[in-house]
Amino acid sequence: MKNISGAEALIRCLIKENVDILFGYPGGAIMPVYDELYKFEKQIHHILTRHEQGATHAAQGYARTSGKIGIAIATSGPGATNLVTGIADAQIDSTPMLCITGQVASSLLGSDAFQETDIIGISTPVTKWSYQITKAAEIPEIFAKAFYIAKSGRPGPVLIDITKDAQFEMLNSFNYKKCKKIRSYLSVPKTSNKSLKDAAEIINKAKKPFIVWGQGVILGEAEKEFTRFIEKSGIPAAWTILGLSAVPTNHPLNVGMVGMHGNYGPNVLTNECDVLIAIGMRFDDRVTGNLSTYAKQAKIIHFEIDPAEVNKNVVADVAVLGNVKFTLKEILPYINSNKHEKWLDKFKSFYEIEFEKVIDKEYNKTKGGLSMAEVIKSININTNGESILVTDVGQHQMVACRYTKFNLSKSNITSGGLGTMGFALPAALGAKIGDQNREVIAVIGDGGFQMTIQELGTIFQTKASVKIVILNNNFLGMVRQWQQLFFDKRYASTEMVNPDFVAISKGYFIEANKVEKRENLDDAVGKMIKYNGPYLLEVIIEKEENVFPMIPSGSSVSDIRLE
Amino acid sequence: MNEIKYTISIYTENNVGLLNRISAIFLKRHINIRSITSSESEIPNVHRFIIVVKVDKEKIKKIIKQIEKQIEVIAAFSHTDKEIIYLQTALYKVKSKSLFKERKIQNIIKESRANIVTVKPDYFVIEKTGWKEETDDLYNKLKKYGLLQFVRSGRISVSKESMEITKFLKSNKNE
Repeated sequence: MKNISGAEALIRCLIKENVDILFGYPGGAIMPVYDELYKFEKQIHHILTRHEQGATHAAQGYARTSGKIGIAIATSGPGATNLVTGIADAQIDSTPMLCITGQVASSLLGSDAFQETDIIGISTPVTKWSYQITKAAEIPEIFAKAFYIAKSGRPGPVLIDITKDAQFEMLNSFNYKKCKKIRSYLSVPKTSNKSLKDAAEIINKAKKPFIVWGQGVILGEAEKEFTRFIEKSGIPAAWTILGLSAVPTNHPLNVGMVGMHGNYGPNVLTNECDVLIAIGMRFDDRVTGNLSTYAKQAKIIHFEIDPAEVNKNVVADVAVLGNVKFTLKEILPYINSNKHEKWLDKFKSFYEIEFEKVIDKEYNKTKGGLSMAEVIKSININTNGESILVTDVGQHQMVACRYTKFNLSKSNITSGGLGTMGFALPAALGAKIGDQNREVIAVIGDGGFQMTIQELGTIFQTKASVKIVILNNNFLGMVRQWQQLFFDKRYASTEMVNPDFVAISKGYFIEANKVEKRENLDDAVGKMIKYNGPYLLEVIIEKEENVFPMIPSGSSVSDIRLE
Repeated sequence: MNEIKYTISIYTENNVGLLNRISAIFLKRHINIRSITSSESEIPNVHRFIIVVKVDKEKIKKIIKQIEKQIEVIAAFSHTDKEIIYLQTALYKVKSKSLFKERKIQNIIKESRANIVTVKPDYFVIEKTGWKEETDDLYNKLKKYGLLQFVRSGRISVSKESMEITKFLKSNKNE
C-alpha cells in the first residue's frame, strides 16, 4: 500500500471494524478526517446531526438496537464538549460508543489555541477509556484498543482525541490487527464453580425467590439463557427500566417493573421474598429506594460482570461473576425444576389491586382529558408489541415503559441512569438506522423534545422513518408532580408556553398531526403508523396527571404509594 | 463513620492522563488525598502510585474496585499502617547563621538523626526521612530558628505481605 495519511488510516480502521455508519458534525480540527469520509462515502455513511449531542444520542440508539458500537465524531473545542452529556449517558447506561474528536495541532496543545479544549481531561470521569493521538503511527493500535474496550466486558464509551497534525501526517504502512487482550484489563471476570453451586443451592431451597433482571441480560445477549433459567426454576422475574423487553411482556413469569414508578407487587414483594436474585443489574437508587430497608430479609444472589458493582449498594450473599450468557447457562444443570404457583399468585393479587387503583383508571380512561397511558394503549393496539420504543425522560417515560407491550428484545431505548432530557429524538433516529426493518416510535414529552428539537432536521435529511409522539401537557410534568407532592404545589418554572409543534414539524417537511380528543386518538395513531416516512403526532394530554405507583425518594420499596 | 488511614498501592501502565483518571475517583467521592507519589515499580514498564487517604473500611473496598476497573490499572491494594513499612522525606532550609551561632541546632540535628545535605554561606539544608510525626517533630524544633523553606514528600511504602503483581500480569489479566 502507498503511504497514507493519518486521517485515511483512521477511516481504514473503521472499515476494518465493519463500521458503516457515523454520526457527527464537522469542524476545523477534524476536517482531514471528513475529507477522507468524502472519498470513502461508498463504504462509510456519515449522518450529519444538527448538534454534537444529537450525534452521541443517535450513536447510543444505534448501538442499542444494532448491538454494535455507536460512533460519534466531532471537532475540537465546542464540538467535543457538546459530546459530554451523551458520553456520560453512555457511561452510566453501559452503552458501547466510540467518540472521535479532532484536536488542535500538537504544537499548539496548551496554548489556548482557537477551539482548543482539554477534552481528555473533561471526559475522563465519564469514559471507560480515552486517549489522545498525536502521531499518525499510533492510529491503528489505538483504534483497535478502543473498539475492544468499548464493546468487551461491561460496555461503555471510549473517546479518542486526535490532533490535526496527526491526521495530516503520513504513515509508511498500515497494518491493522484487531485487539483481543490488554494486559491491564480483564474484560470478563472468571466465574467460580463454587459460586454457581452456592447460588444454585440457595435458589433450590428458596420458598419465595424473586428475580430482578437488568440490561446485563440484553448486553450479554443472554435472553434465551435467561428465559430458560426462569422457566426451569419457575421464579417470578421483574425488570429494571433498562432490562425491559429482554423477556416478552406476556411471559407468565414476567411480573413487571421494579423501582420508583414500577409495579406494586414487585416492589412490595421485594421486602417479602426469601431470596433475591439480581441478574445483570446494579441496584440503582431508583430501583432500591431506601437501602437500609431494602430486601433485608432476603439472601442476595448477584449475577454480575463488573466486580465493582458487587457489594457496592447491596451486599451479596453469593456473587456470581461473569457474563450472564455464560453463568446462566452454567448454573442451569444445578437448578431444580420448580413452580412457585402460590408465590406467583401473590404477584397477581397485587397486580389486581394496582389494576383497580391505577392501571384501569388511566389505561382505560373514558372521561376527562387524555391520559398518557391511553396513548400508549393506542400504540400497543396499532403495533402489537413489535415496535421499538424510544423514550425521553420524565412522566411519559415512566408511563410508556410501564404500559408498552414488547415481544422482542432490544426494543426499549431510554436514558436510564443519567436521565438525559433530549435523549429520545436523536436516539430514535439512531435506533431506526440500527434496525431498519422495525418500526421505531419515539414517545417524548414537550419539555425534552425541545432540548434536541433541531434533530428534526437530521430526520428530514435522512428520511429515517421515525414516528414521533409528543405527549404535551404544557408542563415539565415530573418536576411538577414532585412540586405538587413535596413542595406544596409551588410550580416554580415548570409550566411551559409551547410553540406549534405541528407547524415546526411541517417546517422541517415532516408530516404531522395533532390530537386533542379521545375519539380521534386511535385513528390518528393508526394513520401515523401506516404513514410511509417520518411522522410527528402531538397529543394534548391531561395537564396535571401524576404517575403512580410511586416510591417517594428515600422511602422503602414496600412503602410504595398507589395514590 | 470510623475513618482509618489507608495506604493504597496502584500498579499501572505508564500513560499520560492516568493520574487524572485515578484522582477523579477520589474527587467524585469528595475524598481528600493526604499524599500521593508516583514512581517506577519493581517490574519494568510498570508504574506505581502510593496514595494515602482517610476513609472507612467499607469505602476503601469500593474505591479499590473502582481503581482496578480502570483499563490501565493492573492491580490495586490497600493497607493499614500496621501492614506496611512506610516513610516520608522532609527538607528544611535554615539560615547558616543559626547553625554556627546556635549550638542547640547541631544537637537537634544529631538527636533527630537528620542529615545535613548542604551548607552554603547563606543557608544550609537538612534532610530527615522517617514517619510523618518525626518530620513534624523536627519541623517544630527548627521553627524557632527561622525556617526559610520546608517541604515533605508523599508517603512511600512497601507492604509486609507480598503483593503478587507479577502473577497478576502473567495470569488473569493477561488472557
